[in-house]
Amino acid sequence: MAGHSSTEHDPGLTLTTQQPVAQQRIVDLLQAAWAVFVKDLRIELRTRYAINAMVLFAACTAMMVSIGTTFIGLRRTEEALLIQASLLWIALLFAAISGLSRGFVHEEETRTLAALRLAAPAIAVYLGKFLLNLALLALLGVITSLLFIVLVRVQVGSPLAFLGILAAGGLSLATSTTILAAIITRASFKNALFAVLAFPLLVPPLIIAIQGTAATLAEGGGVLALPALQFLIAYSVAMFVASLLLFRFVWEA
Amino acid sequence: MDIRLIVEEVAARYGARDVFAAVSVELCAGETMVVSGQNGSGKSTFLRLLAGLQRADAGQITYLVGQEAFDPRDAGHLIGWVAPDLMLYRDLTARENLRFFAAVRRITLDDHAIDDLLARVGLAGRSDDRLAAYSSGMTQRMRYAYALIHQPPVLLLDEPTVTLDERGAEVVDTVIKAQRRHGIVVIATNDPRELRYGDLVLEFGST
Repeated sequence: MAGHSSTEHDPGLTLTTQQPVAQQRIVDLLQAAWAVFVKDLRIELRTRYAINAMVLFAACTAMMVSIGTTFIGLRRTEEALLIQASLLWIALLFAAISGLSRGFVHEEETRTLAALRLAAPAIAVYLGKFLLNLALLALLGVITSLLFIVLVRVQVGSPLAFLGILAAGGLSLATSTTILAAIITRASFKNALFAVLAFPLLVPPLIIAIQGTAATLAEGGGVLALPALQFLIAYSVAMFVASLLLFRFVWEA
Repeated sequence: MDIRLIVEEVAARYGARDVFAAVSVELCAGETMVVSGQNGSGKSTFLRLLAGLQRADAGQITYLVGQEAFDPRDAGHLIGWVAPDLMLYRDLTARENLRFFAAVRRITLDDHAIDDLLARVGLAGRSDDRLAAYSSGMTQRMRYAYALIHQPPVLLLDEPTVTLDERGAEVVDTVIKAQRRHGIVVIATNDPRELRYGDLVLEFGST
């Protein structure tokens, strides 16, 4: 069959050639995942549905927190840092929830799921959507942090550790929300269901991310944030592997 | 390609309602089957089962390529599917859609090949328009481009000429005749003119 590739079964393969074939399959899968990501990013840049919703939410939250904390006049105590870290992650969480289910839900709303299911390997779809969520969260993390630094006058004591916690926390959010978005795609009341399912999955990494972020806001708190960083990376890896194993069942349900 | 489609005792149900039951049929390369029946008789559902987009409530569907058997859910590379509920990306152009579907199918398709494919379905010169700007007939033609991109040995056509003008119907006629030479065609239709394509007609009862 024309164009169909390298992944076709060849009964003549020997043991010595199986490894390159497996490698080729992985390369094919990653290239297909990249194609899904590029397609979704192109659509997102044209429609700006998720980006607009997420950035607007983050900006509004930062503005309101800025006004509130000005009235309170927070001093730079340990409790104040914890409050600032909590507010930052609340803003990130709700902004993320407002946009991250978009990848799968948009496919369902525009009825393109069937075309995608027939053409693309399930894992490539998951990886492509995951990459999009990761990219959106990276953008959101940078914008929200800058807004908090400027408007809420958050001072970062250990910038490198702060970025590390932000990246690891974002990774946790992206791994969890991607598989959740796939699960709720064909349900009624998608948004409500997304929030309900996200709550138990996201609370543990969020608590740790808040504690880690609070540590990095203090001078020389980078070392104290290390256990939080380790937890967030371990959580993300576990969630990512579980998602890879489960996604095909969700996708074909 | 040596390909066979084997349908054994397949049934579909929506809730308590049986749509159809115990459907068995076998098709080889070069054969065309027309599935006809009234609205709601399960024609589209049957094609969705063949495409692996829906699970049968009973029975089994198998694609045999040589000695290798494929479940419909793993046979996306063997199947081209055209149906009214097949939607492509409205925010992308025709070229971008085809490039994307070629990429996820791991097919190399340059601009010249895309232009050829679009010309084949009567969309020459419209490759850089977004699908949102397409009429319903053009959208239907675009579905054929999507279905033919990987030159599948099995073509599943649900209401193949719906919304098409006379020229569009001629395109479909050409596609079906070309496909019959080397592969399997299954057509779900209510149009009596399309019954002529069938080497075999499967009549679904009304409910």
